[in-house]
Amino acid sequence: MNTSPQNGTAIEFRNVHYRASSGLEVLRGVALTIERGESMILLGRSGSGKTTLLKLVNALFTPSEGQVLVDGRSTTQWDPIALRRGIGYVIQEAGLFPHFSVAQNIGLVPKLLGWPADRTAARVDELLNMVGLDRAIVDRYPRELSGGQRQRVGVARALAADPPILLMDEPFGALDAITRDELQREFRALQDRLQKTVVFVTHDLREGLMLGTRIALLESGELIANLSPQQFESSSDPRVQRYLRAFDGNLQKPRGAE
Amino acid sequence: MNLVQFLRDNQAQMLELTLEHLGMVGISMLIAVLIGIPLGILISRHPAWNKPVLGSANVIQTVPSLALFGMLLPVPWIGARAERLAILALTLYALLPLIRNTYAGIKGVDPAVVEAGRGMGMTDRQVLWQLELPLALGVILAGVRVATVISVGLATIAAAVGAGGLGEFIFRGLASVNNQLILAGAIPAALLALLADVSLGWIEKRLTRRTATAAVAVG
Repeated sequence: MNTSPQNGTAIEFRNVHYRASSGLEVLRGVALTIERGESMILLGRSGSGKTTLLKLVNALFTPSEGQVLVDGRSTTQWDPIALRRGIGYVIQEAGLFPHFSVAQNIGLVPKLLGWPADRTAARVDELLNMVGLDRAIVDRYPRELSGGQRQRVGVARALAADPPILLMDEPFGALDAITRDELQREFRALQDRLQKTVVFVTHDLREGLMLGTRIALLESGELIANLSPQQFESSSDPRVQRYLRAFDGNLQKPRGAE
Repeated sequence: MNLVQFLRDNQAQMLELTLEHLGMVGISMLIAVLIGIPLGILISRHPAWNKPVLGSANVIQTVPSLALFGMLLPVPWIGARAERLAILALTLYALLPLIRNTYAGIKGVDPAVVEAGRGMGMTDRQVLWQLELPLALGVILAGVRVATVISVGLATIAAAVGAGGLGEFIFRGLASVNNQLILAGAIPAALLALLADVSLGWIEKRLTRRTATAAVAVG
């Protein structure tokens, strides 16, 4: 997957439907194209289907109808293990392995890919530096870290094998406001440098506007808007407006600055 | 004749019966672990097997121990030798805590951890060996500990079918209304059970130091 050029389509959802085993229709005909290097924000409230959409990309779910194409190939045609090892994955609370040290957590995918130990170790060093963590914590276990540190380790782990695509499911959702703000800024800077294709699930419009190059708004399993942050902020669509009103005064500028 | 003197006079037999006792418990626990833990893993993977497997283990557990030894007596090959019979009975009794704890331990692993593992491309086998089993280890070992302690106690009954062990003293004492003899079997058996409990508890703690607070850290 690494050899593809930096332009073109990375991920494409073609008329994707997803029905849960309970029969509930979680996604209803979603069509969405994500270009290489783009940061696509999947925005919506709880139950809108945004996390399901994300999990269709790394084949944790398969569509009931339609197709999800990664690098032009349907996820059902990919070997799911190979597909997932080529996609970084960060979830809320990081999902770090509690019995793995920081170094083992970050080195997970390199190890799965069979990298030699010294190469993995060098990569772990590089990543700790990249996400702003002290080398001294490599032998610590997740429970010995702060929430912010854990989340940085989670990001480092997802970047370990340098995957071209990064899936992030509310990665900063459980952090306190100041740490969250810090991590968002750092991630923004990191992304400007690395130019990964990012799919980022959030219900926080402020986060979406800050980190996204495009925002896809989902409601009850349907895609109702796909706009750049500028277009989103000036949209007259009542459903987009409702989102803007909910976050009014809480966006880029501090409350009451105007 | 007091107890101390009795033990002094019968040192050799005492040692022999204790070793027999430990042998029965050790072999039956080994077999039970080799069967029970895989069964626990199996039912965590295939929910349809859950009821029949746990149900059967439960039923075995409800059979009174003396009756179980008696019921196995007519079974060919097994019934022919008292030690085989005792080992089979003890194995059957140990299954329930092992299966149940393995199942509960795996089900108790934080789903976010398993999902992160799968999402990053771990195979089912890697998820089991690198995530689920290590994180369930504390609960599984607790099951081994419970089963072992029960087994040490139950093994005294094996003497009723002639399999030896510390029950030998107890049954002889009961038959001859000799309290000293009963205590000569009961006290070492109780001490063995305590020893098993403490040493397995220590191993459990050592092996799970890291993951003991795992649920707190991730949840």
